[in-house]
Amino acid sequence: MKVIEATGANFEQEVLKSDKPVLVDFNAEWCGPCRMMKPVLDQLAADRGDIKVVSVNIDDEDELAEEYGISSIPCLVVFRDGAETARNIGFVPREAVEALIGD
Amino acid sequence: MYDIIIIGAGPAGMTAAIYARRASKSVLVLEAKSYGGQIVSTPDIENYPAEPHISGFDFATRLYEQATALGAEFRFEKAVEIRVEGKVRTVVTARGSYEAGALIIATGSECRRLGLPNEDELVGRGVSYCATCDGAFFKKKTVAVVGGGNTALEDALYLADLAETVYLIHRRDEFRGEDATVAKLKERENVRFVFNSTVTALKAEKKLTAIEVTNKSGEVTELEVNGLFVAVGRIPENRNFASLISLDEAGYAKASENCRTDTPGVFVAGDNRTKEVRQLVTAAADGATAATEAVKYLASL
Repeated sequence: MKVIEATGANFEQEVLKSDKPVLVDFNAEWCGPCRMMKPVLDQLAADRGDIKVVSVNIDDEDELAEEYGISSIPCLVVFRDGAETARNIGFVPREAVEALIGD
Repeated sequence: MYDIIIIGAGPAGMTAAIYARRASKSVLVLEAKSYGGQIVSTPDIENYPAEPHISGFDFATRLYEQATALGAEFRFEKAVEIRVEGKVRTVVTARGSYEAGALIIATGSECRRLGLPNEDELVGRGVSYCATCDGAFFKKKTVAVVGGGNTALEDALYLADLAETVYLIHRRDEFRGEDATVAKLKERENVRFVFNSTVTALKAEKKLTAIEVTNKSGEVTELEVNGLFVAVGRIPENRNFASLISLDEAGYAKASENCRTDTPGVFVAGDNRTKEVRQLVTAAADGATAATEAVKYLASL
């Protein structure tokens, strides 16, 4: 699968109501470490059918960033059954992202 | 066995890789995180010669592409130890170990933390070490900057344009940073100076809500803030190599302009070396010097 762009309009449907675990990447164009993170997440989304990878642009979606208490990016948040289970700030390599998602 | 192993893929390490490859040496670059290092977080580089404007990400990516095109090998593994046995220098990582004739340590530095108990868990929840990275989250909010050097002053100035109120907390009553920046800060109505004080506690409910500030006379005040930007200096990343290279009191690897350490065949380049000016261009310069010295060393064996 590809990385899905989420907005305030579809966040509930794509993330909170998802059957699969969701990895949400809060990011921005101007953020260098976020751009480092992109290819890692693109590859992860392509390889792993058992999870969903969602991108939220915090400049366009500042209400979502506020709601989830994001104050530093890249911020990866894992949701399972609508609830946050893990969070990481800053660039991390793929193995660390997979560890964050868990089994 | 490689000719040269470079630890750290920042501007110093990747420049060293370019010089070493152009001298036809086999090169392995080991990096704990991603290529680029600290410069990736800089939105705009405007002081690199012949490059009037480039983002840190683009700069790092071009440097990485240049080094890989020349044949440098990169592995994303953290170096935890170095060993020297005769002519062999070994780097141990979390996953294995690699041997080379010469080593260049270009591990840079990391932000110094305040050392408060709940500080780590509040990173990304109000506590930040990079104003240009995270300032955007504090538009029209109240923030504090702690520190007295140029980074703290520039952070406060940057945040003054975004936030409603900026407290600048410093343990002395004079700044170490430039007077011109202090003068600019004094003109800002939304910047409040808190002198002779340190941050002694972080108050949080899921995210940072307030900080406790204690002054020299022991008086404690609480400031309600949404964000705290810590700018109290940097720590060189030399701890894992201290057995083989001597460090100064601040932890920088002692080496002169030739980038040589006390151990033959082990060189240092960039921000983790003792030096006067730590800038992108001086990091790149160190990379060139360290690689050239390493090539000379290998030829002398």
